[in-house]
Amino acid sequence: MGLGRSAPGVGQDLIDTIESVYRAESRRVLATLIRLLGDFDLAEEALQEAFAAAVEKWPTEGIPSNPRAWLVSTGRFKAIDRLRRSQREVSEEHDVPQAAAEYKEVADDELRLIFTCCHPALSPDAQVALTLREVCGLTTEEIARAFLTTAPTVAQRIVRAKGKIKGAGIPYEVPALSDLPERLDAVLRVVYLVFNEGYRFRHDLSGEAIRLGRLLAELLPDPEVLGLLALMLLHDSRRAARLSVEGDIVLLEEQDRSLWDRDEIAEGVALVERALASRRVGPYLLQAAIAAVHADATSPAKTDWYEIVGLYDVLLRMDPSPVVELNRAAAIAMRDGPAGCCRRHAMASSTLLLSSSRRQRRLRLPWRDAYNSHSIGSSARKRTNNRLPRLVPGSLVKR
Amino acid sequence: MKYLCLIYQEEKQEANVPRDEIQKAKADYWAFTEDIKKTGNYVGSHGLQHTDTATTVRVRNGKLSTTDGPFAETKEQLGGYFLIDAKDLNEAISIAARIPSAKWGSVEVRPVWDKTS
Repeated sequence: MGLGRSAPGVGQDLIDTIESVYRAESRRVLATLIRLLGDFDLAEEALQEAFAAAVEKWPTEGIPSNPRAWLVSTGRFKAIDRLRRSQREVSEEHDVPQAAAEYKEVADDELRLIFTCCHPALSPDAQVALTLREVCGLTTEEIARAFLTTAPTVAQRIVRAKGKIKGAGIPYEVPALSDLPERLDAVLRVVYLVFNEGYRFRHDLSGEAIRLGRLLAELLPDPEVLGLLALMLLHDSRRAARLSVEGDIVLLEEQDRSLWDRDEIAEGVALVERALASRRVGPYLLQAAIAAVHADATSPAKTDWYEIVGLYDVLLRMDPSPVVELNRAAAIAMRDGPAGCCRRHAMASSTLLLSSSRRQRRLRLPWRDAYNSHSIGSSARKRTNNRLPRLVPGSLVKR
Repeated sequence: MKYLCLIYQEEKQEANVPRDEIQKAKADYWAFTEDIKKTGNYVGSHGLQHTDTATTVRVRNGKLSTTDGPFAETKEQLGGYFLIDAKDLNEAISIAARIPSAKWGSVEVRPVWDKTS
């Protein structure tokens, strides 16, 4: 983080405490400050000032019983003070209402922040960058590294997005129920992009995506939200097994399943079951259900391929794409065994689909895992793996 | 906030539209305008004549130049506008989506500079 300075004589214990409060609370404090101050930049400065004040005051005054509330009100006063000093006259708009009840809205504030950062009027690249910056608290340098671009590019993207939020009057709110399905799609897409980027390169990013998924699931337990969280957990559970010592991808059927994270699997499977009980099924939930079937199998041979083919059938109807067709064909080959005549067909169609879908930017890791899990034939697989770096480019920015 | 909703559509296609559809579009525009007048979102609106009536004017080094036609050749042309008053961009988008031309053309929603900000 960047507390920047520590007051002389402040014990390391207290600094550690403040650091941990920062990690746990800074994004929520920011989310509330944005609502109270109506301005992203002002809120970010206020957040830093509030923590600087904490470093100064907590050693003598003690840690407040509700650090978050203390930080919000301190940050707010600092911001108002700054406005007064810089403008001399402060318009009434900036005199924010004072009410203890406001702090109940904190959870809503985090949702407001996510929905604002993922507003469809912002470009997809800007949505991702802004979410990582504001909701996850990453620095522009960290975002630039994750997406293989330069910090000035990311900074410019974020500045432009904030300018549009302010200038075009993008409201700081959770969308109305009638708009929710469409708006939620954008949020889930961003969260899943962050997860996939992290899954490939940086585990802290997938960790952030899972944290966002948990937050969304807690505040908005829609079946697709639960499905996405389950999908991320189930993929993440294989993390330790999916790379060899040399750093090469290990195919799902060759993975050491004892390395799979059982806690994540249990949580993911429970989420899938809970979401399926709602009887409202969407693409994320279906993909999670497929991942759950894999997670449930002690070996590739013991995988319930009938179930997987059935799930792909539904997915194909709901969200048709070459990727899903490919996965379904491969699953059918597995179901019918090596002697099945479908196998050759699956091989042929998969090669075809791969070449036709190279332009499609939808090919992401879950697809690769799913593909890797199917024994389509070593020659086809070899060819496919050679193409993977181009099929799953690391840079979201170019997308 | 005030937003200018700029309506773009293909002029060339208009000649091919059957008469009853044109009548229907006119009725839809009238109903939409009455609607946003009632809700207080309406500030002003006009339809424009075709771009073949347009003249582009520039002054460079004090010298006036005029050219026939619009500033840029595009597939869709500016055909009219609504100036609306909306609470925020979400409301502006929902109003713009109800402009009949949004179904066949496109509507660009632009916030108007607010003198107080």
